[in-house]
This record gives sequence, structure tokens and C-alpha cells, in this order.
Amino acid sequence: MSVLVFTETWNGKFKKSSYEAVSYASRLAQLLNTSTTALVIGCDNCEDDLEKYGANKIISTNAKYNNHAFASIIEEITKEENPSCIVISQTVNGKSILPLLAIKTNASVISNAVELPSSTSPFIVKKKVFSNKAFENIQCNGDLKLISIIPNSIGIKENPQSAEIQKKDVFNNSENYKTQSLNIDKAAGKVSLADAEIVVSAGRGLKGPENWKMIEDLADILGAATACSKPVSDVGWRPHSEHVGQTGIAISSDLYIAIGISGAIQHLAGVSSSKVMVAINIDPEAPFFKAADYGIIGDAFDIIPKLNQALKKFKS
Amino acid sequence: MKILVCLSHVPDTTSKINFNPTYEEFDSTGVQFVINPNDEFGLTKAIFLKEKFGGSVTVLNVGDISTEPTLRKALAIGADDAIRVNHIPKDSYNVACQIAEVVKQNNYDVIICGRESIDYNSGLVPGMLAELLNIPFINSCIGFEPEGSNANLIREIDGGEETLSSTMPLVIGGQKGLVNENDLKIPNMRGIMTARSKPLKILDAIDVNSKTTSISFNKTEKKAACKFIDADKVEELIDLLHNEAKVI
Repeated sequence: MSVLVFTETWNGKFKKSSYEAVSYASRLAQLLNTSTTALVIGCDNCEDDLEKYGANKIISTNAKYNNHAFASIIEEITKEENPSCIVISQTVNGKSILPLLAIKTNASVISNAVELPSSTSPFIVKKKVFSNKAFENIQCNGDLKLISIIPNSIGIKENPQSAEIQKKDVFNNSENYKTQSLNIDKAAGKVSLADAEIVVSAGRGLKGPENWKMIEDLADILGAATACSKPVSDVGWRPHSEHVGQTGIAISSDLYIAIGISGAIQHLAGVSSSKVMVAINIDPEAPFFKAADYGIIGDAFDIIPKLNQALKKFKS
Repeated sequence: MKILVCLSHVPDTTSKINFNPTYEEFDSTGVQFVINPNDEFGLTKAIFLKEKFGGSVTVLNVGDISTEPTLRKALAIGADDAIRVNHIPKDSYNVACQIAEVVKQNNYDVIICGRESIDYNSGLVPGMLAELLNIPFINSCIGFEPEGSNANLIREIDGGEETLSSTMPLVIGGQKGLVNENDLKIPNMRGIMTARSKPLKILDAIDVNSKTTSISFNKTEKKAACKFIDADKVEELIDLLHNEAKVI
């Protein structure tokens, strides 16, 4: 009755959210007095990385991503390993696999989890609800529990173990599925929003797409991802994939810097679970100042270049 | 093309979220309910598909009588008929089973849901429904164009897009981008008048266990007041982020 954790890879490497998932699984296993088994699909001999975060056993296989195929693979491993809990990170792909897996394994599923269980018998986990306005404590009624955690909400904790690695042949061919991937179009070399610890975001206050250079510079200096508010993506100043908020991407970064964003409730719904928020706005009445931890009232066109310079100095 | 659009009836985005005194239930007093924003994109998409390919758009909600205004609104926007499964939802599994039962009685070509509702945010019903019906599930869908018995789709991924092809029927977890936001349909007077006479069928719920139980709620803790830094002293912000907040 181990804890099984699914770890996601991209281009043969683990995503950061996978380390967090393993570290959550390992802490959960300690609570339940059992061991942690990690399932890896598609890594280039990087399995060892997971030992550091607490995996006791690593099952490694290969398959091309398809949500139905991956759900079937995890189902197969679940049958073999008979875990009491399955942990998965709520990434874009995680969200596409999770509900399929829940039905396949007949599990009690808690998505949007933000903490370890507050009690293991009964099994109760806290999840986020009402778009960051509240939390709900949910009890699992079944024997098998499936928990998906919000990336960057729990954090990575090292717990070095030595793990046995078991390689498996591909027993499930993605080509056989009714859905086929035709093309993936992804900006290369950018920090992914979902994984980012720091997000630098800007809104209509920037007046036009030509003014984003200083935002990108700030993001570069901080190793941050760039994001934008809804109006900015609606008028096409920035791509839709950068829109954070209720109808865009929900993020949970360590630091969120909002520049020239007034802070509409729909925007805050997608970003307010960030640990620290900074607002920079020329309007002292901007609602973002009510939600922010730190604020600067002033013109972004003055402040950001100065901030970039000061940050460069600080970093060196 | 026969289309089913599943609608959640959710508190308006700007609502204050309150609970009863024991924090066991959501308190809907004074709360304005709307069609879930992610579902609105799907509803407009369905109406566009019907305009292009013919067929019908059915809207469905699993809920008690209080959700009927939401279904009527969808009829006013342009859906042909509505189904309400008379049931107070217990959890995502419970709801997915109710919808699956309706789908089994009718052959829809496509079932459009929102990728998640803005109240409980679980994002589970669409995928569970697809798996219960053993048909494909495309989540975070921002493009859907049918082609014979297949469909070409686009889904949002971290920092980009993936193009896919799939057989139909299928379930879509829709969101902003499925149609343009300024194309979103709103009810007009004629729509509101005709909606009154469009069929709204009430179905009995099937008996299904729920797999999880809601125990209690907590409100998000209020943050301390914002610390203001003088616009001329950006170094102070860096110092606070480094030494106090410890995030850089």
C-alpha cells in the first residue's frame, strides 16, 4: 500500500512540478508509514534525480504523450503496485489525465490540493475553491485516493533515498488512440508560466506592445516568466498564453509583480495565491494595492528602468 | 450536428463568498448567479457550429430548480432546448454520472463543457464524463473544427498550443479562445421572448454514490496591509523582497 506518484517530463527532463509531486508523495508516505514509488514516462536516464526528493522505487517507461494513453499506463501500474494514494501535479497535462484516471481506478479524487492531509483517517485534504477566495476540506470516501496538487503551492523538500529503478517496456502505444497529436507549437527558451517561481506581469498601463522591452528585461534579470492582464491579451499586445486571471492561467508563484495592472477581481482570482505580490501603479486608488504586499505609486516608465538597474547591481 | 453544452450555475465573479455560521455550507444569500464563464465560450461555439452545420444545441445543468434562470438565459442566447437533471450535486463524480446517463439516451456528436467551474474549481466533470462514455477528452480547448466524423482541435499547453485530430463523438473542456471574447453571444429581446416557450425538460437523477464528502470551508486569510515604497527608492523594494519576503 505505497504512495504512487506520477512524474511528468518534457524533452527527456523532469518538470520542476515533478520534484514537488515526489516530495509531497514522500511526506505523505511518511504520514502513512509506507514507501514512495515514482512512475516516470519519457526520461533520458534521469530517473536518479527523483531519489533526492524521497522516491524509494522508480518505475520508468516510455510513451508519447496522450492523456488517454498516460491514464491507462498509470492505471496498469496502479494494478501492479496497489497503492493507497496516487499523487499527480496539476499541470496542463496533469489536469487532462486526472479525471480519466479517477474513473479508471475508481478512486476518490481531490484536485486543487494545497496541503498534506490534515487527517489520514478519515482522509481529509484542503483544496482551493471559489477562485482563491476560500478553501474546502474534503474527505475521501474510497480506499484509493487520488490527489492532485497545485504546482508551487507545497514546495520542494529534499529527502534523499536510494531507489531501485525498474525499467519497463512500452506496453501501451499512443498510436492506437482516437486522439492524435499533429503539432506542438511552443515558445522555446522561455520560463514556463506554470512552473515559474517569479512572474512579472503588465497591463494596460504600459500603453502599447512596443513598451514591453523593459518588462522582458526585468523578467530576464529575475529569471522570471512574463504574463499579462486580460485587456492586454484581448487587444493582441501579448499572446493569449500569457494571460493570467480567472479565464486565463491561474498561477501560484512565489513572487508576482504587477505593473500597470489595476487589479480587477477577475485578475486577482488567478494570481492571488502567489506568496508575495508587488503592485506598481500610477493610480493610488488601484484595487491591486489592497491585495498587494508591497506597492509603489508612480509611473512605470520611470520606475521599471530604475528597478532593472538596481536589480542588476543587486544580482552582481 | 447534435451538440450538448453542459452549464454550471455559479456565483458571479464579483460575489463575496460567505458560508453558514458552522462553515459547512456555502451561503448564497445575496449572491447573483451566472453561466460559468468557461461554459459561455462553449455555448457560443455551439451556436456557431449549428449555424454552419445545422443540427441542434441542447443545454444541460445538474441542479435544483434554482438553476433554471441560467438554463433560460442559455435558451435566450440561442440554445434550442434545455435539460435539468433534478439533483443537488454532491461531487464531480456524482455530476459526471448524471450527465453520462443523459448522453447515453441521446447520441450527441460533441459534448462541450467548460474546463472548470469558477466555484469549486475541480475541473473533473468533463474528463470523468468522457471516460464514463469511453470517448476522447480534449481539455483546455481553444479550437474545434469538425470535419466529417473527425474533428481538428487546438488545446492550450504550457507556453504554447498543440494541434490534434480526434474522432467524434468527444468531450471538450472549453475555455476562453474557443470563440473570441467579443463574439460571445448575449440574449436579445427576441431571444428572451422565445426562450419562454422553448422546451425545458426536467429529468430525475439516477442513484449514484459520491466518492468524496465536503467537511468544511475556510475563507482565505486577509493579508496584512500593503507596504508602500517611495517611487524614488526602488532599492528599498529590492531590500524588502530579499531580506523580509525572501523571494529574491
